[in-house]
Amino acid sequence: MMPHVLTYLPFEPAIAVLLIPACAALLLAVLPGYRLTAYLNVLATLATLLAALTLFILRPENGIYFFVDDLNIVFVVLGTFVGFTTSAFSASYIGHELEIGRLTPANLRFYHAMYQALMFAMNLALLANNIGLMWVAIELATLTTVLMVGIYRTHEALEAAWKYFILGSVGIALALFGTILVYMAARPAIGEGHDAMVWTALMAKAGNLNPGLLNIAFIFLMLGYGTKVGLAPLHAWLPDAHAEGPTPVSAVLSGLLLNVALYAVLRFKMLMAANPAAIAPGPLMATLGLLSLVFAGFMLYRRRDIKRMFAYSSIEHMGLITFAFGMGGPLANFAALLHMTMHSLTKSAIFFAVGHVAQVKGTQKVAEIRGLTESHPLLGWGLVTGVVAIAGLPPLGIFMSEFLIVSSTFARSPLLAVVLVLGLLVALGALMLRLSDIAFGKPTGSLAKVEASYVPLFSHLALVLGAGIYLPGPLVAWFQNVARLLG
Amino acid sequence: MERFVLDVAHLLAGGLVLVSFMLLYQDRMFALLNVFALHAVVLSLSVAWQAYIQKAPHLYITAGIAMALKAVIIPVALHRVVVALGIHRSIETVGGIGPTMLAGIGLVALSMVVMLRAAAAADPLAREDLAFALSVVLLGLLMMVTRRNAVSQIVGFMSLENGLILAAAGAKGMPLVVEISVAFSVLVAFIVIGVFLFRIRERFDSVDVQALDDFRGERR
Repeated sequence: MMPHVLTYLPFEPAIAVLLIPACAALLLAVLPGYRLTAYLNVLATLATLLAALTLFILRPENGIYFFVDDLNIVFVVLGTFVGFTTSAFSASYIGHELEIGRLTPANLRFYHAMYQALMFAMNLALLANNIGLMWVAIELATLTTVLMVGIYRTHEALEAAWKYFILGSVGIALALFGTILVYMAARPAIGEGHDAMVWTALMAKAGNLNPGLLNIAFIFLMLGYGTKVGLAPLHAWLPDAHAEGPTPVSAVLSGLLLNVALYAVLRFKMLMAANPAAIAPGPLMATLGLLSLVFAGFMLYRRRDIKRMFAYSSIEHMGLITFAFGMGGPLANFAALLHMTMHSLTKSAIFFAVGHVAQVKGTQKVAEIRGLTESHPLLGWGLVTGVVAIAGLPPLGIFMSEFLIVSSTFARSPLLAVVLVLGLLVALGALMLRLSDIAFGKPTGSLAKVEASYVPLFSHLALVLGAGIYLPGPLVAWFQNVARLLG
Repeated sequence: MERFVLDVAHLLAGGLVLVSFMLLYQDRMFALLNVFALHAVVLSLSVAWQAYIQKAPHLYITAGIAMALKAVIIPVALHRVVVALGIHRSIETVGGIGPTMLAGIGLVALSMVVMLRAAAAADPLAREDLAFALSVVLLGLLMMVTRRNAVSQIVGFMSLENGLILAAAGAKGMPLVVEISVAFSVLVAFIVIGVFLFRIRERFDSVDVQALDDFRGERR
């Protein structure tokens, strides 16, 4: 076979995906001037995205520290894409924050460095072939987001960051205990030392691991990483962290970080499923997922802060995705993957819109935002489209994935499907109720023009709409392949 | 000889559980920090003993880090924070000492039942070490739940991490990467918390987490 043209690239794409954000973080920490650093931030995330895309064509050999397979490539590309568009949104968002004095130039330098550090940590967690390394990366991602959430240093921001930090650390600590238990379970079968923590080695010998230890390990890992996914009843940090941090951080939290934690859960689920003597991981995931979905659906009704409301909507959707992965099987897994992709795109688009709304109105209170479609037509209709999409109405992408999840559940356990549909309808009602208040009626508050780029918002919405109408064949084939891999 | 080796390992790990109980009922800030230092010393001895019996010299580094960082540097630093903030009076606990101790006993019993049964196939050293480690982790969690004061929550969190290090040290042949990263992350975590504490002080004149709870976004 003729060597591909990309083999002559001067770098390994997997290394570039990690190195670019790491170097950018160091660089942005020292460079002054917000225009330059915001620009460089966008450039670095774009470069990371391009490097991630080359992974499709040029897949590196699996090492003992890093590996690339059909599953994590989806997460990496989705993550770097949302990271890129969010950095573009962030560039227009923070200029305004600087003007009104909520952020100082020193804060901004720190913010950009942390943004890149977060991108690095997430890619490291996704590409790690070692369960210990993955744990370290997720801890790093948590620390960077804690610092970004607390960046306004107001009363509320500090409370949110503190709460996130404490709950996140406890979750992470439980996950580490689970990781140690997995090593203990693997040691007799694989032998002491490095190999017993390497994914590929663990998966190859999954049937020989000690099932008793593996069971307990999964409970700890599910609770630990589940805290980071935002599953009820461990979700308490999530609404605060979304509401009080800068809006680009909310978009990154919902669009990326929750997925990364979910990826960790999925990996361990695969390990459990490959061991016939261990408990089935599916029911535990499905239960927690369904609980989160229904709980968040009801919680949506009493929200008075617009960002908190969409944070609860994230809990709802992460619950739905976890439920679908817990149900398992090719169809449910396919639907869950699709739903995860659509949710990341839609929810970050909604946060882009909400960010602009909050800036122009000077408030996040739902009661003080009225008649958006009249006062700011483009922004208002953008938000309406996003909310319609997230509520799961046709013809947008989320409708299709929700439909697939519901119909596959009906086929297998109708009782669960009834609860599922109830939860979805409750959430739909809440979102529509709030949306009609926000978008229509007599405009209130400031009517100032929005000086922001709509490109990130509408490009996400276009993708979601496009996916709802037509899914490209290669994408479907890829997702089906991954769904089979997940079992 | 074999018997003696096991006995000492169990003595030290059991000692760590005991000190965790001592942490639960401390009602003065300085006493709490002193007991935490003791916790770290016992952990360090336990890890060093594991290093000796497993003939794993890298574990001595973990023991050294625990001794230097958690038995000396962090307690001294927290001591200063407490003095600077003027919060060295008694600590408010949620729910009183008696019920907390009972809950702690229940948690230790739970972890013994769960771990000894699940790890029945593993070698006795690792099995009982894991059971003790889980007890320390759960007691650390309990402490975080029952304290309102930010500094004592930090101490609870660090005692939880000590339990994790005990588990990692007991897992024979576990790669060094993880242990160092654990120690390192504790340091990072401490810095983060320290920064937060000072900001909290700056803004609210209190490190009582209850005072932070007023705001919810919905309760207005």
